[in-house]
Amino acid sequence: MRLWRWLVGFVLIRLLRRGKPAEEPAEQLPRRRRRPDRIIPVGTPERRAELLVVLFFALAVVCGIAFVVTYGIYKPRQLPDEALGLEMGLCLIFIASAFTVIAKRLVVTEELEEEYPSESPEEQEEIVEIVHESGSRITRKRLLVGAGAGAGGALGLASLTTVVSIGPFWATGPLDKTPWKRGVRLVDEEGRPLSAAEVEERTFYTAFPDGADPELIGSPLIVIRLDPSKLTLPPGRAGWAPDGILAFSKVCTHAGCAVALYRKPTFTPVEPNVALVCPCHYSTFDPFTGGQVIYGPAGRPLPQLPLMIDASGYLRAAGNFSARVGPGWWNVRSKPT
Amino acid sequence: MSTARHTRPVLAAALAAALLAAAGIAAPAAAAPQSGIVRPDSEPTQPSVQLGSELFAGNCASCHGIAGAGIQSPRPGAGGILGQGPPLKDVGAQAADFYLSTGYMPLGNPHLQPYTSRVLFSKKEIRALTMYVASLGNGPPIPDPNPAAGKLSEGLQLFTLHCAGCHQEVARGGFVTGARVPPLQGENARQIAEAVRIGPYLMPKFPKSQISDAQLNSIIKYVLAQNDPPNRGGWGIGNIGPIPEGLVTWWIAVPLLILVCLLLGRKLQG
Repeated sequence: MRLWRWLVGFVLIRLLRRGKPAEEPAEQLPRRRRRPDRIIPVGTPERRAELLVVLFFALAVVCGIAFVVTYGIYKPRQLPDEALGLEMGLCLIFIASAFTVIAKRLVVTEELEEEYPSESPEEQEEIVEIVHESGSRITRKRLLVGAGAGAGGALGLASLTTVVSIGPFWATGPLDKTPWKRGVRLVDEEGRPLSAAEVEERTFYTAFPDGADPELIGSPLIVIRLDPSKLTLPPGRAGWAPDGILAFSKVCTHAGCAVALYRKPTFTPVEPNVALVCPCHYSTFDPFTGGQVIYGPAGRPLPQLPLMIDASGYLRAAGNFSARVGPGWWNVRSKPT
Repeated sequence: MSTARHTRPVLAAALAAALLAAAGIAAPAAAAPQSGIVRPDSEPTQPSVQLGSELFAGNCASCHGIAGAGIQSPRPGAGGILGQGPPLKDVGAQAADFYLSTGYMPLGNPHLQPYTSRVLFSKKEIRALTMYVASLGNGPPIPDPNPAAGKLSEGLQLFTLHCAGCHQEVARGGFVTGARVPPLQGENARQIAEAVRIGPYLMPKFPKSQISDAQLNSIIKYVLAQNDPPNRGGWGIGNIGPIPEGLVTWWIAVPLLILVCLLLGRKLQG
């Protein structure tokens, strides 16, 4: 898996290398000799400025590579955002610094009084020559171009590295696991266990697994009570909703927002029926049918958690979710582990 | 019992009575016309259950049924409206006061979403109707919140947890699938407390086991503070979030910056 990541980087660098030689101005030398009198005086070479440019490009390369390495060594859930941002930002800053030094100290400048002469070919040629001659200070052109290409390549590589996360080569094991299994007690945000008796109709509760990290994507639940006689849960979910109490993952299957809206009609005959709604893009789930999508961009039902009531009347999970929790990825439709 | 004050309600009531008679259903004494409130000829100076029952029969019973029994399937009422509405037996003074004092009720058509709108009953009439609805069953009384005892920061936290999903962080309202979520500006402390406990229209209710009275005080304090939220930037742009903020950035701030750049360039040239 990791090998593949390096392979992509290698191929990218090779591609960039191959594209480079076309820029070499090998055939333009004779043209320059056509006019012996130069328009721009030959500038004195500035070796220190050149070194500075090479140094900046080299630093940019280091930052770009550091980004790729950082992305490679950390697990997807623990990626250090600050470090990645810093590396990418510094890479851009170093490239910008290199260009600034080139513009300020290496290119001989000649200011044009008039606008670009689109009519006269002779004057146009003159400008082309000015552009060519302005590079006269540069003594180690190949080195500079190479360093620049390297920096550009490193930046491109760093930007493309993140694409790896979309591909089928990333370990998604942590996403498969949820803290729920048979017997885990439901608690509220303060850790108080939720009893079946206190769950009322026409309202909703947020619950978490007892003793597990509430920040995990599989942790938060939305718990509601409905009339048991009106439930039409999918086959195989008999007994999942004791006394009409249902629990669903609170993480929307579209983009992972919290399903924080509970639409509850006051008088059902003339009002929209009960639904769980995500406030981000209005994906709407039908709790009566076990979380089927009835509106919005979500592509699959809200995962339902089977419940049971223990001897002292508290709610406990009776197993794991009906499907994988959270927004989609490639094998999200397989059964949860 | 009640007779209408003006001629139009009389005609409408007569028409409604005829319609109901044709449908073979026992009609309420005077069904509500499509517009306007039906009032007894001489209202007493003090609110009473008696006045409430008369107003109810004239204005509410075509949807809520006789003595608040509710009408489950559509039944022809006044003004050609098919009356249909929930029973009010145990909703109590709390719900009656909320729906009437916000102008949610009376509703022109049972299929419409009720909004905060012009209040059609006088304070005395609302008091009388509230007394009457309370007398129908064992409902909760009108709450008496004390937002001054609440904590603003706790209110923000609780509002974010329970309310902001629909009502948006600074209570400007929004949408839920199939309905609009009202903004909360202009509602008073009592109405907010009532709404939290009863859950009007599509809103879930929040019992005391979920939001205690002390927490409710904090929430109300926060909501009332959003009537005039602090705008550190100087201009709130309606306080409704990133879309108008983005528009202002792109259509005002960016052109302004470009203008400054142009002027600087002009100055350098000249």
